[in-house]
Amino acid sequence: MTSLTWARRRRSLGEFWRIFRRNKRGMIGLAILAFFTLAALLAPLLVDSDDIDPAFAPGQPTQPPSAAVPLGTDLFGRSVVQLLLVGARVSLTVGVLATLGAVIIGAAMGILAGYYAGRPLGTVLTALTDWFLVIPWLVLAIVLAAILGPTLLNVIVVIAVTSWALTARLVRAQTLSVREQPFIERARALGATNARILGKYVLPEVSPIIIAQGVLTVAIAILSETTLSLLGLGDPTSMSWGRIIEEAFVSGAMSNGYWWWIIPPGVCVILVTLSFTLLGYALEETLDPRLRQG
Amino acid sequence: MPGDPIALLARSQRLSPEALELQRVAFGLDQPLITQFGVYVRETISGNLGVSLISGLPVWELILSRMWPTLLLVGIGTILAAGIGVLAGIRGGWRRGSRFDSGSLYTSMVLYSTPEGWLGMLLLILFAGLLGWFPAGGYSSSTSSGTTDVAMHLALPVLALALGYVGQFLIVMRSSMMEVKAQPYIDLARAKGLTDPDVRRRHAVPNAILPIFTLVVISVGFILGGAIVIETVFSWPGIGLLTYEAIQTLDYPVLQGVFLISSAAVIFASLVADVTYGLLDPRVGAT
Repeated sequence: MTSLTWARRRRSLGEFWRIFRRNKRGMIGLAILAFFTLAALLAPLLVDSDDIDPAFAPGQPTQPPSAAVPLGTDLFGRSVVQLLLVGARVSLTVGVLATLGAVIIGAAMGILAGYYAGRPLGTVLTALTDWFLVIPWLVLAIVLAAILGPTLLNVIVVIAVTSWALTARLVRAQTLSVREQPFIERARALGATNARILGKYVLPEVSPIIIAQGVLTVAIAILSETTLSLLGLGDPTSMSWGRIIEEAFVSGAMSNGYWWWIIPPGVCVILVTLSFTLLGYALEETLDPRLRQG
Repeated sequence: MPGDPIALLARSQRLSPEALELQRVAFGLDQPLITQFGVYVRETISGNLGVSLISGLPVWELILSRMWPTLLLVGIGTILAAGIGVLAGIRGGWRRGSRFDSGSLYTSMVLYSTPEGWLGMLLLILFAGLLGWFPAGGYSSSTSSGTTDVAMHLALPVLALALGYVGQFLIVMRSSMMEVKAQPYIDLARAKGLTDPDVRRRHAVPNAILPIFTLVVISVGFILGGAIVIETVFSWPGIGLLTYEAIQTLDYPVLQGVFLISSAAVIFASLVADVTYGLLDPRVGAT
């Protein structure tokens, strides 16, 4: 890579940031996300793993919020704030990893389906994408999670497998139009193989869509993880926000009025999901000049 | 498969190893997976969804017996969500950027980001626990099962469902209104001297509302499977709660049956949407 290319890339990145910075919603999303990412990164420093072990938790059970424990404690005497910090780590990890899986599947399916449209491979992949688009994904996720068993990896796999179709559909549409561009024909005339054309020419053209859609998918992935955990299909050893809510629900937090235990994890889910949604739309607007305005 | 349903059965009733083996043979669980799958495909095509591993009842019967509560919940919830979403979307899309518009847009984004089950729990804490206005779940009281009693039980789950789905209706209606507002026939209507509310009511809304019909039909298909969390939180005895119970007991035939039926519902709903859209919008039928 020459220094010239890097200079050009740095310049276009600067240009991107200059436009993005003016997007109010995008900046709000970025700020919320930065806060929770920081919390997730610092969690191991702030929380002693013994403190969130039900057997060794130091606090009294179900204490309402006070100066010592800002958000009270749960039934096992664990500080809700500490649970939330650990939960940020788990929920964000699951959301990001599941999205990575979904985006890789979706991008590969979409590029191949678009590039080979009209040929048997393209037709099969398009049909498969359409099938995954119309099936009730939540039911499929639940059935899969129930069959595979409750581990964190399975939850990630299940979410990835059930949420790639929309990305594939969008990438396919973009690939269809990229494929007709003259520079593709030029590359082919110069003797580029299909693999080289896909990797070197098509992928960079569709990557803005992949990135924007990927950020939106994180929001869906985090909500899905919460839903699966609420149904008791999450990993019982990993304290995600959904898992905290489920424990509170099962322990009768509602009938006993332990609001400090059940409300904060839900608020965290809302804030993080919202931040990814805001960020995703802002990226879409920044990357697609037609959407830019008010 | 990781969970052995027969082992689960054995934990609840003390059975001898021989009796367990008999159960396994009776349900065909001793066969290789590929044979089990072959049997499943053959039986499904001939309309047999199998029997529940737990209750022994046919899966069809179980699903049918739970159909009505789900249709009631999802039907009313969807109508409510669509109604509110459409009204707010009309107002917001017509005056884009107004305080009402950005307020309702942010509200629907927050609602979209809210885990439905958690929202249901909050409603339970507030309206059933603290205020005591509504019962804390179930389909009806043990003492009575009149219409008002069921309606009281229905109120909170319907509210949770409607809040969860109102956002998508609002966003679709809003962007549809903005699109229609830019059309030449709106300018013509104004040029004729119609007042602003008249232009909106008689020319904009009827054209802008078309995508909503499709969305309503499709979401009814989808929510049939999607009410699982709400029904679980509110112990509403529909297909969703049936699914939750089947998860807890590893009742695979029931899970497969629910998946099959809800997929069929989505496909059927898409078909209905496609057909009716042509009837509602002459422009689509003509091509």
